[in-house]
Amino acid sequence: MNHIKSILIGIWRMMQGMYISMLNFIRPKVTEQYPENRGKVFPHERMRGQLVMPHNENNEHKCTACGICQMNCPNGTIQVISKKELDEETGKEKKILDRYIYDLGSCTYCSLCVESCPQDAIEWTNEFEHATFTRPKLYNKLNKEGSTLMKKEKKN
Amino acid sequence: MFHFEVVTNWIDEFLRTYLSEGWALFIEFVLIGVAILAVYAVLALILIYVERKVCAFFQCRIGPNRVGPFGLIQSVADMIKILIKELIRIDRADPRLFRLAAFLVIIASICTFGAIPFDKGLQAVDFNIGVFYLLAVSSLGVVGILLAGWSSNNKYTMIGAMRSGAQLISYELSCGLALMTMVMLSGTMQLSEIVEQQSYAWNIFRGGIPALIAFVVYLIAGHAETNRGPFDLPEAESELTAGYHTEYSGIQFGFFYLAEYLNMFIIAAIASTLFLGGWMPLHIPGWESFNQIMDYIPPVLWFFGKTFFCVFLALWVRWTMPRLRIDQLLNLEWKILMPICLVNIVLMALWIIYV
Ligand code: SF4
Ligand code: SF4
Repeated sequence: MNHIKSILIGIWRMMQGMYISMLNFIRPKVTEQYPENRGKVFPHERMRGQLVMPHNENNEHKCTACGICQMNCPNGTIQVISKKELDEETGKEKKILDRYIYDLGSCTYCSLCVESCPQDAIEWTNEFEHATFTRPKLYNKLNKEGSTLMKKEKKN
Repeated sequence: MFHFEVVTNWIDEFLRTYLSEGWALFIEFVLIGVAILAVYAVLALILIYVERKVCAFFQCRIGPNRVGPFGLIQSVADMIKILIKELIRIDRADPRLFRLAAFLVIIASICTFGAIPFDKGLQAVDFNIGVFYLLAVSSLGVVGILLAGWSSNNKYTMIGAMRSGAQLISYELSCGLALMTMVMLSGTMQLSEIVEQQSYAWNIFRGGIPALIAFVVYLIAGHAETNRGPFDLPEAESELTAGYHTEYSGIQFGFFYLAEYLNMFIIAAIASTLFLGGWMPLHIPGWESFNQIMDYIPPVLWFFGKTFFCVFLALWVRWTMPRLRIDQLLNLEWKILMPICLVNIVLMALWIIYV
């Protein structure tokens, strides 16, 4: 009796499984036809395409060259190269950002750098067409030429 | 109803008016051989394409879509690729058996293919023991598989071949018993006769519950005989790389591949011939106008429609179920399918006597 019962249960389970796979069969497919729809914007905010350092209209960024992102990067992808400069207001020497080098070729997109930045100076964009023919093209300098540190708004 | 018989008869008469009987027959044999090989190859290409598309859809993908519109020429491109591949000589393999194995597998499948009635008069061999012939010839393939596993001098192929032997020989039983049930119902083994008999009700309707059970059992057992998915132990790629055809390359591998797909088609074709009426359109006794409309659809289309329906069922199961373990596989056959089949034969006898 148990034998027959288990057979019937087996048949019922099998029909359940086939029902599920049929649902998948008729579900509309979401695959993107990539080279054909080039230029279409993929609206995925969370996608990590490329690391950028946003600059405002006065060519100012928020990076204080603290180097925390460089220390947190497991792959040595980021190099924060700073320089010393005399601050006119206080007359003291101050560390400012010279070059922020990001090697796209060794980044694993773990986002530890973005999470750990205390100034929220770097972020991700959706740009994903990274293929190049030579490796040096993958070394990106993220701060723009002649950019400076954004002045903190005074808290009232 | 247009039958292909007209064309074949016309060719026959045409040849006989110009040639002596012997030459006419000879030319007909050659023509039939070429036609069977051509249809075999084309069907294999179509099936490979269908399989890849259906499998993709079950996995929420799109499948081949680059070569030609909707990837239609994909399998043709694959065929060309496989034809120009090198045949690798296996070190310390048994070269003669190694080469023979691939041919055995494909010859068994072509021989079975020849006996399938595509339409009235579109059937290469029509014995009065047709069902018996189908079973006998299709089981020849297992010899090829065993040889392939043995001669490749490789443990994976050996294990694959042994599994395949155990599996095919066991499932042959319930396969044969399920077909036997239908032979009981029809009272003949000749395939053309069996199809003729179903002109007013397909066997699956005529035979009632026993026929339905036999149909399901046949589909399961036949599916197991083709060595495909949930029953693909002989070539379980996660355990045995590719099972019995691991060492094959180029067109020899292509033979195994073709035979696998065509066996799927053959199983589906036998199922549709014996249970779903073969090329017979759907006729309902008494509904004359409905029957007339159904007759407008050519029988070849009916045949292929039913067969591809069965193929789709096989693919559906394949992409739903996980692979069985070898003991589960044999349990399924010996403890479940076989007893069901034996009881079913008695049921069918009662059905024939009392209904
Ligand atoms: S990006 Fe952020 S963490 Fe990295 S150096 Fe600049 S401020 Fe520091
Ligand atoms: S995402 Fe990870 S690997 Fe890439 S730069 Fe940031 S910390 Fe380094």
